[in-house]
This record gives sequence, C-alpha cells and structure tokens, in this order.
Amino acid sequence: MRIDCKHVWKHISAYIENDVDPQLRAEIDRHLETCEICSAVLDSTRNVVILMADDRVFELPAGFSERLHARIERELQKPNDPNT
Amino acid sequence: MAPPDAQFEADCIRRILAGEKQLFHDLIRPCERSIYFLLFSILKNEAEAEDVAQDTVIKVFQNLDKFRGDSQFRTWVLSIARNEGLGRLRKISNRREDSIDAETDEQSGDFTPAILTSWREIPAEALERKELGNILRRAIEGLPEIYRNVVLLRDIEEMDIRESAAALGISEASVKVRLHRARALLQRNLAPQLKGFAPVKRRWFGGRQ
Repeated sequence: MRIDCKHVWKHISAYIENDVDPQLRAEIDRHLETCEICSAVLDSTRNVVILMADDRVFELPAGFSERLHARIERELQKPNDPNT
Repeated sequence: MAPPDAQFEADCIRRILAGEKQLFHDLIRPCERSIYFLLFSILKNEAEAEDVAQDTVIKVFQNLDKFRGDSQFRTWVLSIARNEGLGRLRKISNRREDSIDAETDEQSGDFTPAILTSWREIPAEALERKELGNILRRAIEGLPEIYRNVVLLRDIEEMDIRESAAALGISEASVKVRLHRARALLQRNLAPQLKGFAPVKRRWFGGRQ
C-alpha cells in the first residue's frame, strides 16, 4: 500500500514517539525517502519537540525555589501538625 | 528530566512520616519544575502559578501519609497540583475560562502542517538568543489548555505517556491524540517563524530508522 502525505502527517507525532507499528513505520519511511515536503514537516515537528525539552526555553522564575523552600520550612516548623 | 528514584522517595516518605520532616525539602525538589510549569500552563500567570505551587507543596506535605505508592510520587504530586490549579482558576472570576475540558478529543483535527522545506534544524546555539525562547513560549501559551498541559508534561518535562495520563487524569489514548494535535499546531505556528534560525547544513536529530 502506498500512503499519501496526509496519512503521514496523521502519524507524525506517533512516529516521533516510535509508537507506530513496524509495517506502518516502513511505509512512512518509504514515503519520506521520496517526499521532500513530508521530510521537512517531520524535521520541523521534531525540532519543535527538541526545542521544548531544552531547559533554557522554560526557566523557573528567579528565586522560585528559595521562596518555595522558605514556605516549606515555615510549615515544617509548625508544632503539633495533626496531619504528620 | 530524569524520573525521580522511587526507592529514594519511598525511604524519604517513610522517614518524614516517622518525624524527619527536614527530608521533605529533598523529596519535593525533583518535582518543583514540573509543578510550576503545569500550574503555569493552567493559570498562564507567573505569580499565580508560584502561589499555587507553594499551596500544592504544603498540601503534599500535609497529606503525605495518604500517598499509597501505587503511582509515581511525582504523578501523585502533579494530580494535586492540577486540582489546586483548576480550583484557583475557578476562583479567578474575571478570567475567561480557557475551555477547561470543554474541548473534547472527538473534534476532528486534520491539521495541515506548515510546509517549509527550508527549515530543517535549529541549532542548540540559537537558544542563546532570547527571542527564540520567547517565540516558543508564546506559541505554547497560545495553545488551548488541554493541549498545553499535555505538551508541558510530555515535551517540556519529558514525562512518559503513562505518567502524563495519570497526572492529568485522562487516558493514554487521549494523551497521544492531544499530543499529536498540539505538536501539529505548534509546527504550523512555529515553522514559519523559526526558519530564520535555520543553518544551511542539514543533520538528523535522533534516530530516524
């Protein structure tokens, strides 16, 4: 079976996750070999995924951790907490 | 991020409950980022997200004896964070509720991707440029909430599908569908904006088999 571009786009996320069955994967690979457009769509989608995982894109606000642990410390210092 | 060590967590929890409360700092530290960004994805406001993150962590501490160990600790923590975040969202009366669960996975979602053969790869160095981070953040913040949450847990915090599903209280199938749509929306939105960052050379990321 030959698959078309729309079919490939539908499975791009699963393909990146390595979550497509081997037969479909082989069909997609065969399509990608000859389809410049789908190759580019795959690359750019994968790039988006890779960029999002970079810790520099999403950074905690400055001082977040310090303020959080100060609040925890105040809670820990409370005497006779019935829940602990 | 790497999944926290389950054995370390179990030991920590046991000792905290036995009175070594200070260990709670170490127990919660690996979860901080995920808590904050999940809440930011729900509330879309830094100050609110930080405030609710603190409330969440205190709630986790107060309810630590209720953690049964039948899910990962972080999953349990994130489900508390999500509930706290949605609770806060309901309280913020002047904010338009950004379709909390109003959108369903039944929507047919055939997205046409941005077709740009000139954009292949973004070099890691490009991230040093602040505007790239800003473009990405804006695009993610612009996603509907149900997609934003999934992207945040799976792609930003790199949790697996199962853990993401458990933290959000949805099925693994829904995570996959939403993830697919979110990535398609992001690709369509971002590819035209990011092509200016592309280098000339071409290299594959990861192992396309």
